[in-house]
Amino acid sequence: MLNRIMTAHRQMDAACEKVGGQINIMEVCGTHTVSIFRNGIRPTLPRRLKLLSGPGCPVCVTDQGFIDVMLELAQHDDCIIATYGDMVRVPGRAGSLETNHLSNVKVVLSSDDALKLAEKHPDKTVVFIAVGFETTTPATAVAVGEADRKGIENFCVLSGHKLVIPAMRALLSDANNKIDAFLCPGHVSVIIGSEAYGEIVSEFARPCVVAGFEPMQIIEGLAEICRQIVRGTAQVGSVYQGVVSAAGNTTARKIVAEYFEPYDGYWRGLGTIAGGTLRLKDKYKRFDALERFGIEEIPAEELAGCLCGKVLSGLIDPPECGMFENKCTPDTPVGPCMVSSEGACAAWYKYGRIRKRRS
Amino acid sequence: MVQIRQDTKAAVVNQREDKKILLAHGGGGRLTSNLISSLILPRFDNEVLGKLTDSAAIELSSSSVLFTTDSFVVKPLFFKGGDIGKLSVCGTVNDLAVAGAKPVALSLSLIIEEGFETALLERILDSAANTAAEAGVRIVTGDTKVVEKGSADGIFINTAGIGTRVAGAELSFDKITPGDCIIINGTIGDHGMAIMSKREGIEFELSIESDCACLADLTCKILESTPGVRFMRDPTRGGVAAVLNEIAEGRRCDIEINEKPVPVNPAVKAAADMLGFDLLDIANEGKVLIVASQDSAEAVLNICRNHPLGRQGQVIGRVAETAAEAPIVEMITAIGGKRIVRTPYGRDLPRIC
Ligand code: SF4
Repeated sequence: MLNRIMTAHRQMDAACEKVGGQINIMEVCGTHTVSIFRNGIRPTLPRRLKLLSGPGCPVCVTDQGFIDVMLELAQHDDCIIATYGDMVRVPGRAGSLETNHLSNVKVVLSSDDALKLAEKHPDKTVVFIAVGFETTTPATAVAVGEADRKGIENFCVLSGHKLVIPAMRALLSDANNKIDAFLCPGHVSVIIGSEAYGEIVSEFARPCVVAGFEPMQIIEGLAEICRQIVRGTAQVGSVYQGVVSAAGNTTARKIVAEYFEPYDGYWRGLGTIAGGTLRLKDKYKRFDALERFGIEEIPAEELAGCLCGKVLSGLIDPPECGMFENKCTPDTPVGPCMVSSEGACAAWYKYGRIRKRRS
Repeated sequence: MVQIRQDTKAAVVNQREDKKILLAHGGGGRLTSNLISSLILPRFDNEVLGKLTDSAAIELSSSSVLFTTDSFVVKPLFFKGGDIGKLSVCGTVNDLAVAGAKPVALSLSLIIEEGFETALLERILDSAANTAAEAGVRIVTGDTKVVEKGSADGIFINTAGIGTRVAGAELSFDKITPGDCIIINGTIGDHGMAIMSKREGIEFELSIESDCACLADLTCKILESTPGVRFMRDPTRGGVAAVLNEIAEGRRCDIEINEKPVPVNPAVKAAADMLGFDLLDIANEGKVLIVASQDSAEAVLNICRNHPLGRQGQVIGRVAETAAEAPIVEMITAIGGKRIVRTPYGRDLPRIC
C-alpha cells in the first residue's frame, strides 16, 4: 500500500510542478468528502493540490422551500412523514422535524420501508421524503410502481431527487468557478455509467475520474487526474474498473424514466438548474405529495446568513463561513451542510482540526 | 416465606395460562406475589433475595464500596449476542468493573408494559440470571411494576450494583500521565452495529454479533496483577470516540490514536461503511479502554490476550502533553493521514445513499 501511495503522491507533485499554481479538484459527492476527511487524506496531499467539496450531498442541496413544505406537511395529523434520517435535523423557517417533536415522523432506510408504513396505516397518508441522487431514485421509482400496482393510494412522494451531471454543468458554467477537475462518485457512476461524463469532458475540457470510496481508490483517482494534467489531456477515467461500466445500469435508468421526468428545479445555493431535479410524470401525479396536498410548487428560498451555497459550489471552505464552529455546530446546526453526515461543514467540524505543532 | 414457596407450582400453571402480563401483576396483590414466586425467585435463587425483606442485607469484605446504577431501554429487546436481560446485568457489572471494583451484588427492577408476553419475560429473566451467575454476582433485591399499555415500550430494566474496590485500584483522570498507553481489549463497534442492523431490518450477509459481556473478571485480573493502570472506562454509547474525548478533557491532555492496530471485525466495518458510520462512534458492551503506564502496558496486554474477552487486545494509542487550550484527540489513519476524533452528536442516523 505504501508504495502505491508514494507513487500516487509523486504523480500529484508532478502535476503541481507542471501547473505552477494551485490545482483545484472537486469531489462531487458527499460520500467522498466524508471518506477523505475520515481517512485523513487532505493533510497528506501536496500543498498546492486543493480539494473542493461539491454539491453531491443530497440533504445539503435540498432547498429551503422544500424543507418548509416538508415541515408543513408534518403538521397534518393524518400524515406520516417517512424520511431518511439526516432530513429530520435540517432546520426550516420554524424548527426541524426533530426539534418540533412530532410523533408522526418515521425514519426509514428505504422507500420500500415507507411503502410498508403505508400498508400498515391505511387510515394515514404516508409522505415519503424522496431525496438523493441517481443511487436512491430507482428505489423511489420502484416504490411508486408498487403503490400503483397494489393500489396503495395512501402513499405519496415529495420528490427532491436530483441529477449529478446537470449540477456539474451548472458549476462549470459559472464564470467564477475554480474547478480544474472532478473526482466522480463510484456508486452514482454505477447507475449513470462513466460515459455520462463525456459531455462535461468534451464541452468544458475538465478531467472526470470515477473512484470508489476506499481511501486507496480516492488517492488513485486523484493521481489519475494528475496524470491527465501532466499529459495535458481531459478524459473520462475510472479507477473503479470492474464495477462501473461505460453504459451504466440501463435497467435502473429505464425504471426511473418510466416514473420521473427532469425539470428546472431550485437547488440550495446553486439556484435553478436546468433539468437538475426530478418530479413524477403526469401519469403518476396522484402519488405526488404536491398534487395530493394542493401545493402548487416548491418556493425558491434561501436561508439568510448560511453560506452553504458557496460551500457547495467549492467557492469557500466551511471555516470561511463566519458561523462555522461558533454559532453553527452539529448540535446547533444553522445550515444543512452542518446537519448531514455527508455535509462538508459537518465533515470539517468532525474531522478537520489538525494540530500543526507536534511532529 | 414457606407459604410463597408452596404457591409456586400453582402459580406456574396460572402464568402459562395467562401468557401475558396484566396490570394486576404489578399491583402488589396475589398476581404480584405469584409473579415473584414463580418467575423471579426460582431464577435468582440466593439466600438474600429469598428472604424477600424490604432491603437486602449483604456482608462486604471491604469498607471501600462502589455503587452504580443504569437503566436499559434497548430496542430490539433481543439481538444477536444478547438481549435486554443480559445487557442490564453486564452494563452495571461493567460500570463497577471499570471503576476498579469487584462486583458483589445487584438490584434488578422491571417496568413492564401491560400485555407483554410472559414467555418473553421468562427469556429475559433467564438471560439476566445466567449472566449474573457467570459473572459471579448475586441479584439480591428487585421490584416489578406494570404500566398501562402505551406507557412503556415492552419492558424497561433498571439495575444498580455495589462492589468492593480491588486493593490498590485508585483509578482517576489525575493519575494519567503523558506517555501512558491506551489499550483496548478487542474489536470495536460490534454491539452498536448488531443493534442497528437488527433495528433497521437490514439483513447483512455476514452476521454481526453484539460483544455484550461482563468485564469484571478481566478487569480484576488486570488490576490485581499490574500496578500501572491509571484509568479504565467502557466505551458504550458514544463509542471509543466519546471516551477518548472524556479522558482528554478530564485530564487536559492530548491523545494520539493509531488506526492500524484498532481491532475491527470486517463484517462490522462493512455494515458501518454502508450506513455511513464511523466505528469509533459506535457503542460497545464488552469493551474496556485501559490507560496504563508505558512500563505496564505489556503486562496488561498479556493478561488481555490470555483472557477470552481480550484475545484481540491492542495498544491503540498514547497520551501526550497538550499545548493548546482545548485538548484534542488525533488519529493517524491507516493510510498515514491525520484527522481529529470528536465526541459524536449522539443520535446515530444512517446516511442516505
Ligand atoms: S458553517 Fe453552518 S452556516 Fe456556515 S455554511 Fe456551513 S452549515 Fe451554513
